Amino acid sequence: MAKIHVTTNINGDETEFLCATEQTLLDVLRDELHLTGTKEGCGTGDCGACSVTMDGRLVCSCLVLGVEAQGHKIETIEGMADGEALHPLQRNFIDMAALQCGICTPGVLVAAKNLLEKNADPTETEVRFWLAGNLCRCTGYDKIIRAVMNTAAEMRGA
Amino acid sequence: MPDEVNTEFKWVGKRNPRPDGADKVTGRAKYGADLYLPGMLTGKILRSPHAHARIKSIDTSAAKALAGVKAVVTSDDFPDIPFHTGPHGPMVSDFRDFSWNMMAFDKVLYDGHPVAAVAATSESIAREALKLIEVDYEVLPHVIDPVEAMQPGAPILHDDQFTVGEDESTAKPSNIFRIPRAEKGDVEKGFAAADLVIEREFTTKAVHQGYIEPHACVANASDDGVELFCSTQGHFVFRNACAKLLGMEISRIRVTASEIGGGFGGKNNVYGEPVAIRLSQLARRPVRIVMSRDEVFRATGPTSGAHVRVKIGAKKDGTITAAEGEMTYQAGAFKGASVGAAMNCMFSPYDLENVKVWGYDVCVNRPKVAAYRAPGVPMAAFGVEGVINELAGELGIDKLEMRLKNAAKEGTQNVMGLKYGPIGFIDVLEAVKAHPHYSAPLGENQGRGLAAGYWLHAGGMSCASVNVSDDGTVTLIEGNPDIGGSRASMAAMVAEELGIEYEKVRPIVGDTSSVGFTFLTAGSRVTFATGMACVLAARNAIQVACERAAQIWGVSEEEVVWEDGHARPAGANVGDHEPMSLAEIAAKAPMTGGPIAGHAEINATGQGPATGAHLVDVEVDKASGHVKVLRYTVFQDVGRAISPDYVEGQLQGGAVQGIGWALNEEYIYDDKGRLENPGFLDYRVPVASDVPMIDVCMIEVPNPNHPYGVRGVGETPIVAPQAAVANAVGDAVGVRFHNLPISPPRIQKAVKDGASEA
Repeated sequence: MAKIHVTTNINGDETEFLCATEQTLLDVLRDELHLTGTKEGCGTGDCGACSVTMDGRLVCSCLVLGVEAQGHKIETIEGMADGEALHPLQRNFIDMAALQCGICTPGVLVAAKNLLEKNADPTETEVRFWLAGNLCRCTGYDKIIRAVMNTAAEMRGA
Repeated sequence: MPDEVNTEFKWVGKRNPRPDGADKVTGRAKYGADLYLPGMLTGKILRSPHAHARIKSIDTSAAKALAGVKAVVTSDDFPDIPFHTGPHGPMVSDFRDFSWNMMAFDKVLYDGHPVAAVAATSESIAREALKLIEVDYEVLPHVIDPVEAMQPGAPILHDDQFTVGEDESTAKPSNIFRIPRAEKGDVEKGFAAADLVIEREFTTKAVHQGYIEPHACVANASDDGVELFCSTQGHFVFRNACAKLLGMEISRIRVTASEIGGGFGGKNNVYGEPVAIRLSQLARRPVRIVMSRDEVFRATGPTSGAHVRVKIGAKKDGTITAAEGEMTYQAGAFKGASVGAAMNCMFSPYDLENVKVWGYDVCVNRPKVAAYRAPGVPMAAFGVEGVINELAGELGIDKLEMRLKNAAKEGTQNVMGLKYGPIGFIDVLEAVKAHPHYSAPLGENQGRGLAAGYWLHAGGMSCASVNVSDDGTVTLIEGNPDIGGSRASMAAMVAEELGIEYEKVRPIVGDTSSVGFTFLTAGSRVTFATGMACVLAARNAIQVACERAAQIWGVSEEEVVWEDGHARPAGANVGDHEPMSLAEIAAKAPMTGGPIAGHAEINATGQGPATGAHLVDVEVDKASGHVKVLRYTVFQDVGRAISPDYVEGQLQGGAVQGIGWALNEEYIYDDKGRLENPGFLDYRVPVASDVPMIDVCMIEVPNPNHPYGVRGVGETPIVAPQAAVANAVGDAVGVRFHNLPISPPRIQKAVKDGASEA
């Protein structure tokens, strides 16, 4: 079956790709565009390692078809830092040791950034429930939650 | 606790930023599935849908004929490996088991057992090719439970397996591979001297390590050799295993460890890696195999489900007079459950005169178990700590005081004959007692649990090289995949030794051709053993640097010392020489004999055990059976925390994995022996909203056998949570829980029935 031509915008860059109808957005990001920062942990929308945003909405890219990206704005972990300057979340994740193996980290960061864009002053419970779709098997979540809360305070200038 | 645990050192014990941090927060770090090579093929594995079946025939002709398929393999494409156990690095392994687990030979032994594999030009063609492979199975009776597998008449997995020690000429084949035993003192006498003896049976379910990164590898074979890139806890061990399974010379295979997305013991063993190599050899193109989550659950890990019987006797004052433990562990399809480690550790937090332990290593139609953090110990400790709490309750003694009364100390000898050096268990228990959590009030439907844990740790073979650059910066090459921040600890120790800035040391994990054999990232051995190799390599480089300074100053080597990052004259009589920094000496290297480097190849011994205690508060909703974890504090003797941030992380992560094990996680099989919950939706690991902050109290009793006092920290934290949580839930609802997981239906039923045990 012929591949479909898709025009989209990824991390601010106009991007075109060809994809099979069965390929997910995650497949396209990784296998076609080699943007491997977005991870596959389950392929069924249960682990959040493939989190990206689509027009500002947090999605599991394994549950979105590649062709559905047509005309939309996709943001991935590769677009989070501003050139050399890390996003405050990225900086705090390093400073506060909020990662161990690091495989869930891109998805967690994308999800956390999306939260802080919607809610600049989340409670611990709000952070925990927002990130409940992002599995981390190493950290027990403690340092992740602290890093997100700390970043929120920092970005509020608190 | 102060922010810095010690103030003795400049870098060791400090919260230094990890050297791989920026790559990991920006998505640049390359994990197992992140390598794309030109011409790369997709490899996929066909797996058994049956728990136990004879393979009558496999027809791959239609798959081979499909356009885009470049190679198809079955067990016929691998060397026939004789039944034998042989050395595998420092381990003893049965490579026939490895081979038959990699690709089923004449029988499939579990749902998910590989039977064939393909390499094709696309994922969809590979999937299509798998459907075209015809396997004719004769389905056989299967057995899932280890106790059933031990009964006469149970389906036998291996016709040539006899229980070790049995006379093979008269005995019948058995699913019981071995029954190891250990004893100290005289338990009969000990039980006779007790005022109260309690004996209970406990069960736990198989649980998966649950790393978020599925197994992944890329193999690229040519006539010159093989390049393998994979997610592994030990690329040297993988290299040796692949060589053995493929009949190749070890040095023909070069393995590069990718960044690893979690392992917890589950990535100690090869699965698809030798298959990818074989496919690549046949297709003569790079082949990538990435497991799906379904494959990870069905065919890798888990740890043993267990039946454990614990009997402990005590005097009225709480002194334990005798202890006995019997374990029946699922090995999965091939022998090798972690019974030995459990025997070694289950009673080892305590100073006991009379102990007897034994266990059954039992094959069942499940995936071959893999190590999972303190392998084998949590299930046994669940029983031991439960019985100790019950004894304390019956005797009217505080649970903490009961443990203090029997706590192991320096000089205590455990059941395996290990005599402890300095050991911090009493300090740990005193810290629990002094902590505000211990005496905080509890509300209605709330309970508090306490349990202890112990892990012995591992040493073993490790190598490291320190290469000093012209500008005085250092490349540190070591051989252990970094699974939780170990490069930061290695760099801190080397910077400390050399007396240079932490940021001047660039640590990398070398491939198997660039540094000497280094055993697995397992058993919490890395910071101890490989850390020791790094320290010795740095000292070796210092020696070279001092020789060069001596040459420049025209003095003898003995007249130069290394202090605070500089070569200095050893005394006033040596002469008036300006101290030289590493950078200054390195700049002169071309004129003084060439590059400055140090290296170390060691077989580390003298690891020290780590003891800990977990304190947890829960609230139980009696109607729904839901358990809310309210407060959790981990106390552990960490030896010395080289990187306190990552030590805390190990303690917190282990606790939360243990909470999942206690409350939710389990392998569920249907009546045909098929795994019913091979996904994160139905196999539910703890999520962020399930747990509170995990408080950590690190106690430092340095291990005298390591230059910086390292014990290892990652295993002990998963030993205590199951019992601590069970004790807390039991405290809340007035039921003693002897079976995991303590899932909502179990709690509901116990409450409804008014049961005292469940």
